[in-house]
Amino acid sequence: MTDKIVRQYQQQVQDAYSSEMPLCIQGGNSKAFYGRKIEAEQFDVSANSGVISYEPTELVITVRAGTTISEINEVLANHDQMLAFEPPCFSTTATAGGMVACGLSGPRRPYVGAVRDFVLGIKCLNGKAEILNFGGQVMKNVAGYDVSRLMTGAMGTLGVLLEVSLKVLPTPDYELTLKGEADDATAINLMNQWAGQSVPLSAASFYDNNIFIRLSGHRNAVIAAASQLQFSEYSDGEHYWQSLRDHEHDFFSDNKKLWRLSVPSTTKPMNLHGQWFIEWGGALRWLKTSEPVEQVRRVVSMAGGHATLFRGGNQNDDVFHPLSAGIGNLHLALKNAFDPKKILNRGRLYKEF
Amino acid sequence: MSLFVDKLKRLLPKELIIADEELLRAYECDALSAYRQLPSYVVMPESVDQVQAIMRLCHQENVPVVARGAGTGLSGGAMPVEDGLLLSLAKFNQIVHLDPDQRIATVQPGVRNISVSEAVEKYGLFYAPDPSSQIACTIGGNVAENSGGVHCLKYGLTVHNILAVKLITVTGELLEIGADSLDSAGYDLLALMTGSEGMLGVIVEVTLKLISKPLNNRVLLAAFDEIEEAGKGVADIIASGIIPAGLEMMDNGVIKAVEDYLHAGYPVNAAAILICEVDGAEEEVDEECRKVKAILEVAGASDVRVARNKEEGDKFWEGRKSAFPAVGRIAADYYCMDGTIPRKHIGSVLNRIDELAKQYKLGVVNVFHAGDGNLHPLILYDVSIEGELERAEELGGKILEVCVEVGGTITGEHGVGIEKINQMCVQFNAEELVQFHAIKNAFDPKGLLNPGKAIPTLNRCAEFGAMHIHRGELPHPDLERF
Repeated sequence: MTDKIVRQYQQQVQDAYSSEMPLCIQGGNSKAFYGRKIEAEQFDVSANSGVISYEPTELVITVRAGTTISEINEVLANHDQMLAFEPPCFSTTATAGGMVACGLSGPRRPYVGAVRDFVLGIKCLNGKAEILNFGGQVMKNVAGYDVSRLMTGAMGTLGVLLEVSLKVLPTPDYELTLKGEADDATAINLMNQWAGQSVPLSAASFYDNNIFIRLSGHRNAVIAAASQLQFSEYSDGEHYWQSLRDHEHDFFSDNKKLWRLSVPSTTKPMNLHGQWFIEWGGALRWLKTSEPVEQVRRVVSMAGGHATLFRGGNQNDDVFHPLSAGIGNLHLALKNAFDPKKILNRGRLYKEF
Repeated sequence: MSLFVDKLKRLLPKELIIADEELLRAYECDALSAYRQLPSYVVMPESVDQVQAIMRLCHQENVPVVARGAGTGLSGGAMPVEDGLLLSLAKFNQIVHLDPDQRIATVQPGVRNISVSEAVEKYGLFYAPDPSSQIACTIGGNVAENSGGVHCLKYGLTVHNILAVKLITVTGELLEIGADSLDSAGYDLLALMTGSEGMLGVIVEVTLKLISKPLNNRVLLAAFDEIEEAGKGVADIIASGIIPAGLEMMDNGVIKAVEDYLHAGYPVNAAAILICEVDGAEEEVDEECRKVKAILEVAGASDVRVARNKEEGDKFWEGRKSAFPAVGRIAADYYCMDGTIPRKHIGSVLNRIDELAKQYKLGVVNVFHAGDGNLHPLILYDVSIEGELERAEELGGKILEVCVEVGGTITGEHGVGIEKINQMCVQFNAEELVQFHAIKNAFDPKGLLNPGKAIPTLNRCAEFGAMHIHRGELPHPDLERF
């Protein structure tokens, strides 16, 4: 049944290759707002779903790319395991393929790693309709170039994901959310200090003069660590982090243009007017601003980071931070290596490819 | 080449160019000494400008370039190529910048792995990847090989612990890949560079992620009468929700060799021992230690010792860390393999290795990173006995093929280099290999960077395949085959 689906996908890519008609790959369609808008035939790959293998003792789950994140979360939760990078689910339809292709990670990211850190292997169709396997199901694997991670965050421009193998981790024994007051500069300092001091942080955010942190680990160790910090326990922590992860928090509820700024974690409060939400211990900053695009990019570049017009911008313009000439040329060359006729999500990441 | 060296002399002071055959000998191999090739020249640039100039010249003159760090690699990745230039990064040995607040260190590629952790210890930080060669191996080589180590089960490989690299392309262009932020715009070129074995560019600077040192750690040592029980112990620890900082296994052959060498008090009659380290806050260490001990006893351990203090813990580890030199005393030569398998197959694969060893009439002992299923079978042979090296290599190839068969990989952390290039044909099909070559071509269309390594040509695979088909033509027809 599923092999038939894969053969059908292969035929679709083959046809697109022959006719040079580009495809717009679509999984759960939960992140259509993200990335550039492209004119291409819709290529729905959501039907290729299901868990292929999951063995808790191996810490690995292999799924077809159309499997929803919520299904994966449920399967793992039954064995007290989790996707440690806390992938955002902007809709219940969000799939593993979209999760890997977009490469977005949630609040736990700075402390355990991003989706790319947990991708062990993939099966994909390249732009020549060849079915290829890279990486595998084991923790350590240095055979060949790391194509699995290269595909992560490539927005489908290098291949159509068919299967992914992900490393999973045990769910922490105990978690506690703490809340305290601070201004932005103090919050950034504190979050960085704690990360360097063996505080068992698993999330740290700042918004509206409040710091929220989450501690995870063994119960007694978490309680001991919490007692060292002069913050109060916040009882609705689980909901708070989920609402931040999935952008259901009030901050994200309006339709204003939303920037995602990825910067060095110690970057001081930035000189851009607007409303800020800081997470990842200072390394990720959400900004709603009416400042011109060029100004935002300039300030973020100066800070050593990059700025993505995450939501609500003009999807016909550049959404992602412009690349330097040398890096841009490598991107073009890699696109050509995987998808010489530029049929896969052409223009979704950058206009040229 | 003589014209080439004249041009080289215009770019570099002559003391940075080695052309004397006696001195070149030091560079003819890395730690995989069975493969040797004298380079035409060795250059030891001191600045990024010089590296760029060398690359521009080599590109213009079509001269192949092999980059080299400390030469501790085990797969022949830094073996020179004939008529090629060996580019030593040994003089790039400075820590450029430490930022304890941001928890990053920017270093040159020739900085030794251990010296990073030494330099940041005063801030309560460390650099996690700790390959066994960490006192000698360098960060540039670690990035090229995506090195792991005994603590990567919990703290990740090199790819998980770097933020950025500065790269010189084959045409001499300087590119910055990654950033001090946690991610970058565009493709994850940093991941692609990590483990690319010097095939895509020359790394001249690396930004490393530092993490806070765990407050406490404790080491356990468990003895088993059956190797399968030890394998089960490993799986059971992971299934219980504990990720130890390290989880290592040694079989009887290694236990005996180590005990002879060190007198560490290892149980010499055990079929296998596990060394498990847990770390974290005091409460966490107490609890995990108690759980691990109970799990190992249920799995069938005949004895579980918990180190009472740091000295005892260090002693447990010392045996593990001395395993290679200890094995070096029981065999004239040994050949270290590096496959990774799903943990559940540890017991069965070790038994298959044992059977293969008997067929090839060679000894094999095992000491490895059990927690992440990364095997290091050590094949014992004597190079002075005609045919033993070839037999050892062939046995090694067979062992790697078993790893692939059970869903694993031919290399967990040592890289493909020249050593495992034939087994790449087993792990990947022709279309996948063509895709790898296309990636290489995107960076290095002339194929000048470390040519002939890591990714086999399809012709090579055809020849290797033919070797299997036409068994009668193989060397050692006396050997039993299956």
